[in-house]
Amino acid sequence: MHLYDIPLCFALAGLALYTVLGGADFGAGIWQLSAGADEAGERIRQHTHDAMAPVWEANHVWLVFVLTVVWTAYPTAFGSIASTLSIPLFIAGIGIVFRGAAYALRAGSPSRRELRMIDTLFALSSVLTPFALGAVVGGIASLRVPLGNAAGHLFSSWLNPTGILIGVIAVVNSAYLAAVYLSADAVRAGDEYLERQFRLRALGAGVLAGIVAIGGIAVLHSDAHRLYHGLVEGDGLPALIVSILAGIATLALVWRRRYEPARYTAALAVAAIIAGWALAQEPLLLRDLTIAQAAAPHDTLVLVIVAVLAGGAILFPSLALLFRLVLGGRLEHGEGVAGAEMPQVAGGRDLLAASATGLAARCAGAGMLVGIGLLTIADAGWAHAIGIVGLFCFVAFGFLAVAPARLAGQA
Amino acid sequence: MAAAVTSLMATALPPVHQTYLLEARQMQALSFAVHIPLVCFGIAFPAMVLFVEWLYHRSGDELYLTLARRWTKVMAALFAVGVITGTILSFEMGLLWPNFTATFGSVFGLGFAIEGFSFFMEAIFIGIYIYGWDRLSRRAHLLSGIPIVLSGFTGSLMVIAVNAWMNHPGGFALSNGKVVHVRPLSALFGNSFLWHELVHMYVAGYIVMGFVVAGAYAVGRLRGRWGRYERTALTIPLTIAALAAPVQLLVGDWAGREVARLQPTKLAALEGVGPTEKGAALHILGWYTDGKVKFGIPIPHGLSVLAYHSWNATVQGLYAVPASDRPPVNVVRFAFQTMVGIGTLLALLGIVFLVVRVRRRRLPESRWFYGALALAGPASVVALICGWVTTEVGRQPWVVYHVMRTSQAVTGAGGLPVGYATLALAYVAVAIGVVWILRRLAAAPLETREPMGTQPQPAGT
Repeated sequence: MHLYDIPLCFALAGLALYTVLGGADFGAGIWQLSAGADEAGERIRQHTHDAMAPVWEANHVWLVFVLTVVWTAYPTAFGSIASTLSIPLFIAGIGIVFRGAAYALRAGSPSRRELRMIDTLFALSSVLTPFALGAVVGGIASLRVPLGNAAGHLFSSWLNPTGILIGVIAVVNSAYLAAVYLSADAVRAGDEYLERQFRLRALGAGVLAGIVAIGGIAVLHSDAHRLYHGLVEGDGLPALIVSILAGIATLALVWRRRYEPARYTAALAVAAIIAGWALAQEPLLLRDLTIAQAAAPHDTLVLVIVAVLAGGAILFPSLALLFRLVLGGRLEHGEGVAGAEMPQVAGGRDLLAASATGLAARCAGAGMLVGIGLLTIADAGWAHAIGIVGLFCFVAFGFLAVAPARLAGQA
Repeated sequence: MAAAVTSLMATALPPVHQTYLLEARQMQALSFAVHIPLVCFGIAFPAMVLFVEWLYHRSGDELYLTLARRWTKVMAALFAVGVITGTILSFEMGLLWPNFTATFGSVFGLGFAIEGFSFFMEAIFIGIYIYGWDRLSRRAHLLSGIPIVLSGFTGSLMVIAVNAWMNHPGGFALSNGKVVHVRPLSALFGNSFLWHELVHMYVAGYIVMGFVVAGAYAVGRLRGRWGRYERTALTIPLTIAALAAPVQLLVGDWAGREVARLQPTKLAALEGVGPTEKGAALHILGWYTDGKVKFGIPIPHGLSVLAYHSWNATVQGLYAVPASDRPPVNVVRFAFQTMVGIGTLLALLGIVFLVVRVRRRRLPESRWFYGALALAGPASVVALICGWVTTEVGRQPWVVYHVMRTSQAVTGAGGLPVGYATLALAYVAVAIGVVWILRRLAAAPLETREPMGTQPQPAGT
């Protein structure tokens, strides 16, 4: 392992997390499509929305994380990939636009008919986006992206057996992950009907995912031989085996209605196959570009690693908090109960506030004078910095002096 | 410092010809113009919602709770749209400008990597905040909003650090199209162009948010909705915008002086200066042609004084650089004048409000004030976009100022017009959707336990 491999490991870990978390999110959309228009279908759609709404934005950021790490640490590879595979990436982008828009639109308390339209839009883009992103991975993994600005073929680089295979796997796998997640969620919500529904879907999708994956090995054999060789005979083999075992374990756990551990084994299956891909393709990043050649200069790599570690130290506790609240059922399903208590009413404070207003106004005026003097008239950099602070004081004290809430309270 | 002015540098990926460079630039501009008003809401709106929630905690007045909760719904919808339009921008770094990213990703990319974490924090805590109403303790809920405000700031800091670097590049050297001696921290944060841009945008975020929200309630007042709820919902954002707008005049003047110092060609385009002049005049309105501004109102020596604080300062003109290195002057100048004009009017409107507050100790009552306020919302968005047109088109023909041309950065992929049209249609659909949501949210009845007096009152009482 070299320094230049580390950011790639971060990006792949991000990709695995995006596949698991974002994938469940896409899969929820796929189930909305198949839910049907009747009362039962309505329940399924509402449930999937409620389960995903608090977390989809955070899940989605993993994709942005992968992009930023790759373009910082392996800029030429990023430029080559994004230009050659511009069509599937653009399709994914448009899919993301409509998915996000559907979440926003649901906030407008739509009528039933409008809701149906929104859900259909959401579901279609939930199929399109993982397929397109899977096809991107297929294009890279079958080494169809050369170094250069749109140097590869705009269509055959992703519309090829490997690209289509990985696209389909991404869609099926997303549906599978979502069904497992939603089964667990239905158990938490105490809804047996929904649990049965999603368990059936999980088992069906899981079996389908397994069949596609096994059939896919034959596709790789003829279409992406280097990848096939690396996965089946080379360094990637242990990872492939782990992935298969984890996949089987997941199915067994879902069968036995043990959804929580099933989610972890499902994540393991995804992470293992991504690791297997990386091991099979190493040391190449693109057809004619190694990881070492693509890597950014030393200082950039070090800073990226530091930034990701430091960012992770803040990120993971926050994510843990979000998921604990969601999985603890504290952020979803119907109206809450707390928050009815009345706080104390301020009485003497208004008098105090009134006498403070004049002082705040004078402070605001002083801030403005400092700002004009040091930002506008003076020329030195340090003076400008103090001037800006003065202007921020003007706004802050000005806000206190205006006291908008009290001003609005006067009839 | 990469001061080496080369007209044609070698780039990381081999050069390509792109017939649709202008379409690529327009597609980027469209994506940006759609995203940037939402950024203002990302920067400023959470702080205001938190303030209102805090008012509720302090006073126990249910009105503030209702207001904060209704605004939270608006925040949720706008954040969702901001997420997707922001993602499109990050895609376009590769889809439209792969050679820019391929050549300089190692220099500026760190800014976006850190921004990614800000985005993460924003997304996580906005999820907690939005869905945590009534489900977290009151204190925890208020606290969960603070990371949103902070990460809104750090996120804009990072993105603007990258933009400032594009305008005033440093922290690397070039050797045969490969960047060497890369120092990302000094490239991003040791850049004197960063600070005025950051402050200018941050203040703009509060102005746009303030005027847009206040403007919406001003429309309500013109239609007779003027209870205490509406007055509160108008006065708080109006106060923020009224204080920030005059400040922006000073910050903008500072930004102008920095541009004069670091990008004299851009300044010459803003002001329409052809030949280099001593004691240059400032022109209001007019049209740039043949090296000077025609039909404008001249203010003798005005430009020298404003830009350099000196009566007879020399202002470098556009002719100092070859024609191929000049931006499209009238586009830049028109955008700049629009921004300054609207900004000045907004500051005046803010001052009117503050003067009435100080002198009469009440809200303005005249109908024209609320009419103007209703217009101020969209006008502030126009000024915001014009400001970005000024700096981004003013940077042309460079993507990295004096280092890499936009034509060298662009993708070699075909089908740009198709992509542009598709994205434009998608954004029209999203815009219709956003208008629909906001109208729906505004039409929803107030859910409180006590009547709050939304009965119509004649204006001026």
